[in-house]
Amino acid sequence: MNLPANLKYSNDHEWLKMDGDVAYVGITAFAANELGDIVFLDITTVGETLEANEVFGTVEAVKTVSDLMLPVGGEVLEFNEALNDNPGIINNDPYNEGWIVKIKVTNPAEADALMDAAAYQAFIG
Amino acid sequence: MKQTVFKETHEKLGAKMVEFAGFYMPIQYEGVSAEHLHVRSKVGVFDVSHMGEFTVKGPKALDLLQYITSNDVAALFPGKVQYSCFPNGNGGIVDDLLVYNIAENDYLLVVNAANIDKDWAWVSKQNEKFGAEIANISDNISQLAVQGPLALKAMQKLTDANVIDMEYYTTKTITFAGIPNIVFSTTGYTGAGGCEIYFKNEDALKVWDAVFEAGKEFDIKPIGLGARDTLRLEMGFCLYGHEIDDTITPVEAGLGWITKFVDHKNFIDKDFMLNLKANGMRKKLAGFEMVERGIPRLEYEVCDAEGNHIGIVRSGTFGPSINKSVGTAWLKPEFAKSGTEIYIKIREKLVKAVTVKMPFYKG
Repeated sequence: MNLPANLKYSNDHEWLKMDGDVAYVGITAFAANELGDIVFLDITTVGETLEANEVFGTVEAVKTVSDLMLPVGGEVLEFNEALNDNPGIINNDPYNEGWIVKIKVTNPAEADALMDAAAYQAFIG
Repeated sequence: MKQTVFKETHEKLGAKMVEFAGFYMPIQYEGVSAEHLHVRSKVGVFDVSHMGEFTVKGPKALDLLQYITSNDVAALFPGKVQYSCFPNGNGGIVDDLLVYNIAENDYLLVVNAANIDKDWAWVSKQNEKFGAEIANISDNISQLAVQGPLALKAMQKLTDANVIDMEYYTTKTITFAGIPNIVFSTTGYTGAGGCEIYFKNEDALKVWDAVFEAGKEFDIKPIGLGARDTLRLEMGFCLYGHEIDDTITPVEAGLGWITKFVDHKNFIDKDFMLNLKANGMRKKLAGFEMVERGIPRLEYEVCDAEGNHIGIVRSGTFGPSINKSVGTAWLKPEFAKSGTEIYIKIREKLVKAVTVKMPFYKG
């Protein structure tokens, strides 16, 4: 698996793409593969401000369900509505079209504590 | 953890392996949805060697089976297979099973992997009063389920016996892939048609290779237990530990059709179930589909519109062939009628659903 070098990674297998003080959040290809076919995203926190590691939603795969945690604190600005019609985008293109939420980052310095691609690669082995 | 003869075969094919019912089994190869749809449209092969097999033979075999199973074993004839239950004597179910009538006074019982030891102890204990010749041959037998609309066409290539015209739920003992005495039945757990094939462990790899070689022109693929579960749930087939267990009788679980209250048959919990039929069920199994978005899962609470507890989810999934979220639940009987609005509590939210008749997948 090729991990994009411009992303940060959490040990809960979310990725973060910083763009000024906003950021996109999704789950890694490793996580998507572990979950299997994703069939539903339940995101109930748009408009809320959450801390790092707080649950911002739930991902349902055919066989399993898993919580989604924000890698850094921030306000949830937007959910990727395209996932309502086709949640399988996350399996096919987890790092681009498969972004899940856009957030306004509270403290960009929190992103520095996350893993870079090399560290995450080592983490998942 | 136990393993089947096909463990290395699955690993070579890149299966994701998990523990299931004490066995190291393939949950998926390329993905649950793709495998599910492949079985509905073509043909797929499940390693179900973890299932248990008991033989019941001799002049006392029928009497034993009539007493310990819910269905009418006297209705069987050599070559016929029957779905049935072991009632547990306490208003519950020990296991569900298939009863094969192989020949006169010669039956094969196929039971769930997770329950082999419990079932064997139960059957052995009940048999003390009957004295049939019983044997647990589970460790010697491997099984493949070849399922899908092209399954019989593909398998016909491996035998001179006519299998393509076999009626649903029948069995023949045939020479298959050059191996004699293979039990072949037109049964399965997918609603897609096909067969299940039983053979000795030492013949297993030869059978696997022959099945895949014969199926090549039909795009045959290995299928994991993940798709087995979504396929069976779309059909509303019961899974032990989910729709049925030791707290529900067959008549409450929608299995009245395999529970025969006939004069010539006395069986365990017969009176208990007659009483439920006369005076009301404790709970009833119902199928439901989600009206609002959400996926029901085992043990989620079911409520009425006011949030009062009315039941519990026993299975739930997104169904790849029906393209919606469905489930089964044990409900207070008054809510089990199809068309009833119910609510599934998903992460503390009440999400609307409606009870429907099963199967969910109507082909």
